[in-house]
Amino acid sequence: MNTTHDLDKYIRPSARRTTNCPGCGNGILAQSILRAIDDEKLDMDDFTFVSGIGCAAWIPSPFFYADILHTTHGRPIAFATGIKLASPDRNVMVVSGDGDLLAIGGNHLIHAARRNINMTVICVNNYIYGMTGGQVAPTTPMGLKTMTTPFGNLENFFDPCKLAIGSGATYVARWTVYHALQITRAVKTALNHKGFSFIEIVSQCPVQFGRKSGMGSTTAMFDHYKENAVNISKAKDMTEQELAEKIVVGELLNIEKPVLDDELAKLRTSFRERSGDAED
Amino acid sequence: MQGNVACAEGALAAGCSFMAGYPITPATEVAERLANRLPALRKEDGVFIQMEDEISSLAAVIGASWTGKKAMTATSGPGISLMLEHVGYAVGTEAPCVIVDVQRGGPTTGIPIVELQGDMVQPRRGSHGEYQIIAIAPSSAQDMFDHTVLAFNLAEKYRTPVFLMADSFVGHMREEVVIPEPEDIEVVDRIIAPEGFNSETDQGFLSVDVAPMPIFGRGFKSHVTSSCHTETGKRNVTDAYALDNFIRKLSGKIEKNRDDIVCVEDNTDGAEIAIFSYGIIHRAALEASAAACAEGLNTGTFRPVTIWPFPDREIAEMSKRVKAILVLENNLGQLLPYVKAEASCPVHFLEPEILGTMHDVERVLVKLREISR
Repeated sequence: MNTTHDLDKYIRPSARRTTNCPGCGNGILAQSILRAIDDEKLDMDDFTFVSGIGCAAWIPSPFFYADILHTTHGRPIAFATGIKLASPDRNVMVVSGDGDLLAIGGNHLIHAARRNINMTVICVNNYIYGMTGGQVAPTTPMGLKTMTTPFGNLENFFDPCKLAIGSGATYVARWTVYHALQITRAVKTALNHKGFSFIEIVSQCPVQFGRKSGMGSTTAMFDHYKENAVNISKAKDMTEQELAEKIVVGELLNIEKPVLDDELAKLRTSFRERSGDAED
Repeated sequence: MQGNVACAEGALAAGCSFMAGYPITPATEVAERLANRLPALRKEDGVFIQMEDEISSLAAVIGASWTGKKAMTATSGPGISLMLEHVGYAVGTEAPCVIVDVQRGGPTTGIPIVELQGDMVQPRRGSHGEYQIIAIAPSSAQDMFDHTVLAFNLAEKYRTPVFLMADSFVGHMREEVVIPEPEDIEVVDRIIAPEGFNSETDQGFLSVDVAPMPIFGRGFKSHVTSSCHTETGKRNVTDAYALDNFIRKLSGKIEKNRDDIVCVEDNTDGAEIAIFSYGIIHRAALEASAAACAEGLNTGTFRPVTIWPFPDREIAEMSKRVKAILVLENNLGQLLPYVKAEASCPVHFLEPEILGTMHDVERVLVKLREISR
């Protein structure tokens, strides 16, 4: 009997142990991403994966058997911008968490989205800082007691997708790890999309968020996603009140706008056409 | 040609095809020049991007470096402060790149257009942890061209970030700059991992002899992390032995090659007093030394072109030949303790009467007379 997973060929041979806690959503997302690459028959050698610091950064690094740049906290999109502009033919994908991409790295997210640079950013949102032991994040619901909000979170929270849309991203989708097949479809769309793609994946962290929120175990959190996810097609006709406790999922935006790497290529071409015999 | 423009031209001569930066006085002209020049390159696809801050600028530079491009950024003190985490990242992942610091008056936002040699130790100790760095200090517009080429060559040769420690005077002064024919400019390119390189088993990191760089886009499936890693780039954050190896190999790479890296201009032969100075202040030192010699004071000059690694042995040897060293810096003595630590003769110090200006030659002469007495 062949016991090897059909996606094992995409896993770095020396990376045999996961750093994820039992019940983490990272594994489902990793599989959904690799499934999309496999379905599209893309070559892993045409990818550069970039991650920041935090649990979600461990999805591609070191596991995906491809070029990987594991960067500093909050800055993966900035590193990825350099990689994409310097090698525009490559697929550049950033996978990182809500703390990494929205708090310390928020400025890089909004500017990369504004530039509409052709890359895919997958933001794993577990509503909390997992790796450091359960501190408040910019996505943490108001009132929640965390290690650094012992009397309850006093702050409003970000909607990552609204932030991406407002900043200029041209493909934006949200799913939960309950929606493994839909994630794969969204990743495929993002990989084929010209411009800045942002996918928020709501994912359970039973160890930190599960405990702090009282949502409990992985299965309880899974049930919550299943029961509270509302597709955007349905959510459109619901009131804000009705949506208050819901997770709106689906493709939230898919438009075309000028893409930075294309515009730069056009500029170069115009120089070369203009000055046929000029030198560097 | 303006010093900052000469720097940009030197970068192009060295093969730079990527710049990411953020506007800051007095460094902005480097970016402005390259914003004009890079997209027009014909042999290579040139990229200039103005990022959202200095943190992302150096991040983008390192990303581009990992694709194989020669990449740089240029900034001033406040920008350097923001970049420091990624200086360590470039050291740790062995990503060649050039960081130009056109120093200005600080601390904090200070005065943008007044020169101060205020950031001299920052490249060496500014990023956290234990590491070695290369930094060179130009003193003319010509140096801004030549030393930018040198900075790229050292970065490529040793797979490490290299600082060009310019300042507001050198960056903004306009002087004659001779740009040699391309064939007369020595250009060094990094050693890239060969075809068939296996990132699982082959060494792409942590060699004191500089490991070949397993750049992206060649099918190497490189795993690059700034966290403590092994010779093949595999993360190890549980083992003090791994950390020891990580630090010693990265630093050892610079230490082993320090004789090739370190460059000084030592004109103290037969002199009794050596004037130690660098950057723009070396111009004042040359003038003061000539004036001192003219009135019979036996004086010579010692200029570290390389600031880091610090030319410790060269200073130690020079100090055996002279009776005293006078250190001139446009600060309150940032490199002074390093000179003192090496010198076996008395070491004196003189800052300009007004910080942020050049040393007045007469004032230096008074000090030299006092020392010679």
